[in-house]
Amino acid sequence: MSEKKRIELEYSQLDSERMRINVGPQHPSTHGVLRLEVEVDGEIVTEVVPHMGYLHRSFEKYCEQLTYLQVIPYIDRMDYIAAINNEWTYVLGMEKLLGIKVPEKVEYMRVIMAELNRIANHQIAVATFGLDAGAFTPFLFFFRDRELIIWILEKLSGARLLYNYLRVGGLAADVYPGFKEDCLNVVKQVRKTNAEIMDLLINNKIFIQRSANVGILPADVAINYGCSGPVLRGSGVKYDLRKDEPYSIYDRFDFDIPVGKGEVGVIGDCWNRNIVRVYEMEESCRIIEQAVAQMPMEGDVKAMVPKKIKPPVGEVYFRAENPKGDLGFYIVSNGTDKPERIKARGTSFVNLSVLPEISQGYMFADLILILGSIDIVLGEVDR
Amino acid sequence: MGTNDIFDILKTEFGDYILEYKDQQPVDPYILVNPDQLFDICHTLRDKEEFQFDYLMSLSGMDLGEKLGVVYHLYSMNHKHKVVLKVSVPKEDPKVPSVERIWRSADWHEREAYDLMGIHFEGHHNLIRILCPYDWEGHPLRKDYQAPEFYHGMEVS
Repeated sequence: MSEKKRIELEYSQLDSERMRINVGPQHPSTHGVLRLEVEVDGEIVTEVVPHMGYLHRSFEKYCEQLTYLQVIPYIDRMDYIAAINNEWTYVLGMEKLLGIKVPEKVEYMRVIMAELNRIANHQIAVATFGLDAGAFTPFLFFFRDRELIIWILEKLSGARLLYNYLRVGGLAADVYPGFKEDCLNVVKQVRKTNAEIMDLLINNKIFIQRSANVGILPADVAINYGCSGPVLRGSGVKYDLRKDEPYSIYDRFDFDIPVGKGEVGVIGDCWNRNIVRVYEMEESCRIIEQAVAQMPMEGDVKAMVPKKIKPPVGEVYFRAENPKGDLGFYIVSNGTDKPERIKARGTSFVNLSVLPEISQGYMFADLILILGSIDIVLGEVDR
Repeated sequence: MGTNDIFDILKTEFGDYILEYKDQQPVDPYILVNPDQLFDICHTLRDKEEFQFDYLMSLSGMDLGEKLGVVYHLYSMNHKHKVVLKVSVPKEDPKVPSVERIWRSADWHEREAYDLMGIHFEGHHNLIRILCPYDWEGHPLRKDYQAPEFYHGMEVS
């Protein structure tokens, strides 16, 4: 009797203060060098404060000292998972400023490469999201398939990750024989693996219990925070620049925009954000098939590349649909061969800002999952 | 809705606070406004039925030589139209009203513009550095910026 009383006394004196802990910057689950200052009440997250800048390489300051062509390799290093898409946005902005119309062959090549890169990005996103939830096998499946895409881009550009392949007005090198067959081979393999992944990961009961109803992001909050890409579409907003503001030749292809429908969980949770990426891979496959069928093999990819890039005084804001969302470049020209200012609106930078809003009140382990479902790349957050 | 229509409506509502409308190729058309009424103008742009600019695409700080500027790129999800707003403030006293309470995405963008360009956004709840270390000195994106030689005893190159 007396012993029981003593235990009760100890419980009442237990510390119940909130605790502030650090996650990162060197932690595998933060997907790079991001530091999260987290306040927890027991295991419940009450506040999240992201601290970034560990990978800040002063991209915008460098741009002022580089010529327009020299900027392209730096842009590769922003979102290094989808470098072609990054380069393409910048190159399209420059072409708008200079008024260049690129040859048909180049347009098709760019679309195919961008969609291949989009698939590669989503493969990594879904793979690492599964890894955060404790599923290791899909990670290996996706990385095996991603290798096929990387081989194609390596054959074209000579690099596996940071391509430096697009040029203002064209491409750095011509296509190799057998390119179309390689692309169709990728499409076949991606479809096969995605069918497996649906059983292995997406509809897995444990995975659903971990990710459904977690980190719910309502549509109006997502828009107010400036979210884009799968994060916004997972909240049920049908917004895709390829359809809403068709650039390049996207108006020629037949494809859908998948949005989170809440088949499992509720619209805007981690599961829905993730499934959008899986469906988008299928849509990218459809675009690649159509583009491969329509693409002309004749033509000079360097026909419209200017000898010297010297745009008139002016400015342009160009945005395009990257795998992670809208990437925007605000390019200001002062009439010389070097830009006056280039501002990059990093997708991950904006998407990450919603994390403190949607992670409050969930378990600490869910915070890691929510961060994974936003799919950030720190190279783009910090620039 | 084109930028000139937006300019006309804003002009009738805010009068002299809307300074000028420019449309010169290859520059995107833009509206230059007085920073004093910026918060109300942005509020109107977001909430008025025919505007509905609910999406702040980008917010960029600019060094214009004598002055500092801020450029706002807005987009409407419903109407699918865009507008560019610009303000400029003197370099000695660069104060711009914060629009963070209108678009939450402006929070980090304004911190970035403060960090790199040294523009003070009045009314921002937490205007601290975001990309540079918290104790960094100076604002690197200004054209007259001189990098310090040492930072905590480490050589800056």
